Amino acid sequence: MPFGHVVHGPNSAHGVRETGPKLYRRRGGRLVSGVCSGISDHLGVSVLSVRATFAVLAAFGGAGVFAYGLLWIFVPQSAGAEPPVTDRERQQGLGLIILGLGLAVAVGLLGILPGWLTGPLGVALVGAAVVWREADESQRRRWREGARSGMAGAVLGGGGGRAAMVRIISGAALVVIGAVVFLGGSATASDLQFAMLSTITALIGAAVLTVPWWMRLMRDLDVERAGRVRSQERAEIAAHLHDSVLQTLALIQKQADSEREVRRLARGQERELRTWLYGPDGYGRADGDRPAGPAQPGDAPPQTLSAQLTRACGEVEDAFAITVQQVVVGDCELDEPLTAALAAAREAVVNAAKHAGVGEVSVYAEVEPDRVSIFVRDRGAGFDPERVSDDRHGLADSIKGRMERNGGSVRIKTAPGSGTEVQMDMPRKTS
Amino acid sequence: MTSDGTDRAPVRVFLVDDHALFRSGVRAELATAPDQVEVVGEAGSVGEAVAGIAHYEPQVVLLDVHMPDGGGAEVLRRVRGDHPDVVFLALSVSDAAEDVIAVIRGGARGYVTKTISGRELADAVCQVAAGDPVFSPRLAGFVLDAFSQGPNSAPIGDPELDLLTPRERDVLRLLARGYAYKEIASELFISVKTVETHVSSVLRKTQLSNRYELSRWATDRRLV
Repeated sequence: MPFGHVVHGPNSAHGVRETGPKLYRRRGGRLVSGVCSGISDHLGVSVLSVRATFAVLAAFGGAGVFAYGLLWIFVPQSAGAEPPVTDRERQQGLGLIILGLGLAVAVGLLGILPGWLTGPLGVALVGAAVVWREADESQRRRWREGARSGMAGAVLGGGGGRAAMVRIISGAALVVIGAVVFLGGSATASDLQFAMLSTITALIGAAVLTVPWWMRLMRDLDVERAGRVRSQERAEIAAHLHDSVLQTLALIQKQADSEREVRRLARGQERELRTWLYGPDGYGRADGDRPAGPAQPGDAPPQTLSAQLTRACGEVEDAFAITVQQVVVGDCELDEPLTAALAAAREAVVNAAKHAGVGEVSVYAEVEPDRVSIFVRDRGAGFDPERVSDDRHGLADSIKGRMERNGGSVRIKTAPGSGTEVQMDMPRKTS
Repeated sequence: MTSDGTDRAPVRVFLVDDHALFRSGVRAELATAPDQVEVVGEAGSVGEAVAGIAHYEPQVVLLDVHMPDGGGAEVLRRVRGDHPDVVFLALSVSDAAEDVIAVIRGGARGYVTKTISGRELADAVCQVAAGDPVFSPRLAGFVLDAFSQGPNSAPIGDPELDLLTPRERDVLRLLARGYAYKEIASELFISVKTVETHVSSVLRKTQLSNRYELSRWATDRRLV
């Protein structure tokens, strides 16, 4: 039954992780642009307290208004639908906005800034606000119309129509007027200085006016990239399923009469798919764990004890059409003695498959700091160790000999009729 | 036969798996042991499972680990509070320790793999219904892994609670080697009941140790 998990496993649980920021402005249930409600969703505090905080902050040289503006620009709008604002909340919110603006203006009037700066700056800010507001409107429109992306859509604001153009132009005009008045106010400068100042002001104005569109363009690119990665991943899974599972199923259909062959094919396929999904570099891993993409069947498996033991058990499963249940606790790199132990373990599994006369063999390996133990066990025929004839080399040479040449030891527990367990211990090098 | 039937009614089982094909397969397998188990209902999604368990009130729920909308852990989270008497047995194809341990930690009484035979599955169902945990060798391996005090392992703060006793470790090792409870008992010269007690306490420790992020730790080390 592993096939079904391919369909939903990688897509739902382990699919492409959303890369966007966690903080979103609300779409529904907002008063101005959804910044405050978004923050309250994000932090889990009440909207009212967030709004009040911004209002109070506005008194400090307009810091609250400034922060709100920055968040408006840099925080993307959420795609979800939230509950609408109640009348009471709207009134409270409007009160807080007026309070905040009033505080900001009052403090500003008392404050440090001279009139020739405050006036034009105020005009320019209102202009910029109009332009940004318009950019935001078009973003909302885009959500409504579905994700229509692309350069033209982003620059033209998603087809806002004449009213939108009027708003944008009037906003831009306000910015320009503010800049001109500002320059006019400081008219004591010489011609060269005036030219430089006006150039710089114009550049700043242009930058300010286009910021929302640049932000949108970047966001659109992100969304598109995420979508592309997702569809690529889907295509890769489909290709893999076609290569392996579907072909195996076709083979099974053709060989349906041979139970042994069907078993062999199904087992081999299950193992391969399992490795592909759940193996050390498999699809089911967390995204960060597999920088080089999922393991392909052709890749060389890593040289660790568990990977190689899995491979060896798989080979025996295929060759003898039995089930090898293997459990590995801990893992380590293979060195020469461990490779020998692995070969001995493989031989023990082969012995069990050949002589025990049962369909299942258990393999358990445990990596401890000072040694590695491998147990190979079956519940089959068993034998009398005293009566194994001298011409049988499997146990003597392949298992005992290999282990002892490399400093390990073998213990065998068996009796006729009660199965066999071969225990192999190999000390680990401490280096 | 009738006296047996009145002695012990078949265990009422509810199946939760998102694959209809697999559910019918399990039904067919369990039908070979009609005096032991009776499948009363099945569900293919988390929502169906929650409603179905509330309706049928089964004794044992066979729970798939991997499902859309949160999987077995989500079913456990939503059902456990209202139906504390229902016993869950995880039946999984997943080889990932994190999946399995999440379900065990959610309160499942055992874990078996989908390659288990019908006979063994029926036995496992009866065993969890009787209050005893069921560990497959693989699960024993996961738990040993997570609790093993290797050179790189995370420090464990509360030794009384979170370390396995040497005896529990021995029991788990034999479980991982594919021994049945009866065989473990004779190997360690203890009674089967004692083996079950040890396994129960391992299960309890696994459920209690979530603050050490058992599964995350095991996954970080790729101990699957």
